[in-house]
Amino acid sequence: MNNILKISYRNLKRNYRRTLLTASLITIGVIFVLIYTAMSGSFKSYTVGQITDSLMGHIQIHKKGYVASVDNLPLDKNLNAKMLEFIESTLASNPYVQSYSYRIKFGAMFSNFTSTTNIRLNAINPKDEFPTLPLLESRISDMNGTFKPGEIIVPELLIKGMDVKIGDTIVLVANNKNGSVNGINLKVAGIVGQVMGPGGRDGYIHIEDAKKALRMNNELEISEIVLRLKDVEKLGVAEKSLQPLLEKFNKEGKPVLEIHTWQQLSPFYNIIKMIDIMNISIQIILISIVLISILNVMIMSVFERVREIGTIAAMGTPPLTIVKLFLCEGLMLGVFGAVVGSILSLGIVYLLNIVKITYSIGQQSGLILTPSLGINEILSVSIIVILISLVASISPAIKASRLDPVEALRTY
Amino acid sequence: MVKASHLKKVYRAGEIDLEVIKDFSLEINEGEFVSLVGPSGSGKSTVLNMLGCLDTPTSGEIIIDGVSTKAMSRTQRANFRGENIGFIFQSFNLIPVLSVYENIEYPLIMIQNLSENERKSRVLKLLEEVGMLDHKDKTPDKISGGQMQRVAIARALVTNPKIVFADEPTANLDTKTAHMIIDLMKKIQREHQTTFVFATHDEKIVSNVDRLITLVDGEIVADQRMNQ
Repeated sequence: MNNILKISYRNLKRNYRRTLLTASLITIGVIFVLIYTAMSGSFKSYTVGQITDSLMGHIQIHKKGYVASVDNLPLDKNLNAKMLEFIESTLASNPYVQSYSYRIKFGAMFSNFTSTTNIRLNAINPKDEFPTLPLLESRISDMNGTFKPGEIIVPELLIKGMDVKIGDTIVLVANNKNGSVNGINLKVAGIVGQVMGPGGRDGYIHIEDAKKALRMNNELEISEIVLRLKDVEKLGVAEKSLQPLLEKFNKEGKPVLEIHTWQQLSPFYNIIKMIDIMNISIQIILISIVLISILNVMIMSVFERVREIGTIAAMGTPPLTIVKLFLCEGLMLGVFGAVVGSILSLGIVYLLNIVKITYSIGQQSGLILTPSLGINEILSVSIIVILISLVASISPAIKASRLDPVEALRTY
Repeated sequence: MVKASHLKKVYRAGEIDLEVIKDFSLEINEGEFVSLVGPSGSGKSTVLNMLGCLDTPTSGEIIIDGVSTKAMSRTQRANFRGENIGFIFQSFNLIPVLSVYENIEYPLIMIQNLSENERKSRVLKLLEEVGMLDHKDKTPDKISGGQMQRVAIARALVTNPKIVFADEPTANLDTKTAHMIIDLMKKIQREHQTTFVFATHDEKIVSNVDRLITLVDGEIVADQRMNQ
C-alpha cells in the first residue's frame, strides 16, 4: 500500500500546478465551511444560552391552556397549591432536573407619580430563580446587594422612557384574577437588559410583593415553573421523564398540566433551525466543490495517462491495483484539503477571538463573537471531504482499470 | 512453450468485418529467439498481442507453458501476464514519474509483491546487465532512447518471465542503437534462457535470430530456422 501511495503522490506531483489549484480549492472550501460553522455556532450558542439561561430555562410547566393565552398573562390559569404539591413530588425524584423556580407572571400599571405606563412582570423568588437562570444576574445592572421584597428591577427601555433612576419609588397597580385592583410601592433596585424571545422585556419583582399586589393571601398561585436541567443535551429524554405530570387528569378527563421545552416556546428556535439548515447547505456546496474538482482532475488524469495505464496493465497490474492507484490520488487531494483547511481554520478562529468581532441583535449591541471549533465539527467536515474525494475518484478509477491495454497502448 | 492453434482475429469496421489474422498456427519452443517480420499491416502486432494475452483471438486457442488462455477473465489474464510474460514496447513506455531503478522495480512491487531485499538484488543485477547501473537514479526524461529501451528490457525481465514479447523494439532508434538493442536482447536471452519473440518490419536487424517468421496479410508465408 505504501508503494501505491508513493506512486500516487508522484503522479499528483507531476502536474503540481493543477494539483495545487485543486487542493487549494478544497482547502478554501473546508475553511469556508469551518469558519461559517464556528461563527454561526458562536451566535447560536450565545443566543440559546441567553434564551435558556437568562429567560426561559430549559423546560416550563404550566396549567393546561396557559401557553395558548400567554399574551394575556391570565391569572385564572395559574397552578394552585394542590397542583404544585403534585409537581414538586414528581420533580423531587427526577434525575435530569437540576433546579426549578416558581414564577407569577402578570401585567400591571407602572407609575412614577407623574406618568403611567404598562409593564409585564415576573414575580420570582431570587433564591430559586437565579440558580435556575444563571445568566439572569448578568442582565441586571446597577443593583446593590441581593434582590429583596419591596424592590423592582425595571426593564432598561422603561427606565429611559419613564425617566426613573435607581432608588426611586414607583407604584405598581394590578388587577387580581377576581378583578380587584391593588397598588404597592416599590423601590427601583436595578435595570434589566432586554434579550430576544418572549418575556425578554419583562421587569422583575419579589414573589412576596406579587402575592400582596394580587391579594393572594395565604394561598400561592403560580403561573409557571421554570426547570433547569443538569444536561441540556438530554432535553428530549428529560421531557419524556416528565410525562407522569401529564397523566394527571381533571374531571372532564383532560390533562391538568402542560409541559413545553424552550424550543417549543421560543420563536427563535426556528432561526436556529434555519442556521442549521444553512450549515447543511454550505456543506452541500463544499461537497459539490470537492466532487467537481476531484472528478475533473481525475478524469483529466486518466485521459492524459491512457498509454501509461495501458503499459502497467500490459505488465500484469491487476485492474484492482489500478483502481487503488487512482483512488489514492483522489484520497490524497481530499486529505490534503481537509488537513490544511482544518489547520488554517483553527488559526483563523484563534485570530477572530483575538480581534474580537462585535455584533448587534436588536437593542443588544457590543456582543462579542466567540467562534470555536470542536473536534466533532473538524472531524465531520474532514470525513465528508475525504469520503467525497474517494467517491469522486471511483468513476475515473474504474474507467482507468477497464481500459483495454491494446487500445491504450495505441494511444499517442 | 507457446502453442497457437488456428487463430483468427476479426475487427469490425462499420458494416465490414476485417479479418486481420487468418488461421494462424505456430509453436515456439522454450529458449528460442524468434523474430516476426512483415510489412506494416501484416498483423505482427495483433499476433504478439494475442500471444501475450493482451488481446483475445476471435477463434482459436493459445496455450502458454501448458496453460490455455482461452477462458481466462481480464484479471486472470493480468495475473498470468504478471507471472509469465514480459513486454518491451516500441516507445519504451517507461513511467515518467519513476526513476530508472523504480521503473524496473515497479512490476516486482505492484505485481509480484517481493521483499525489498529480493527486489533490490534483482533490479541491481539487471541494471548491471543492461549497462544502466550508473543511471539508476535518473528519470526517463534524462536518458536517451537507447538507454530507455535498455531499461525497458530490464523491466521486462525483472519478473523472470517465461517469455518476452517485444513489439517493434527498435523502431524508434537509429540503426546502430537498434543493433545494440537486438544484441543486448540476444545476450540476455542466452544468459537467462528466456524465450524472446519480437516483431519488426526492419529485416536488416534480424541477422542474429534463431528463427524468422514472415507474416503477410495475417498469414505465415515463411518460417525459417537460422543456422547460427
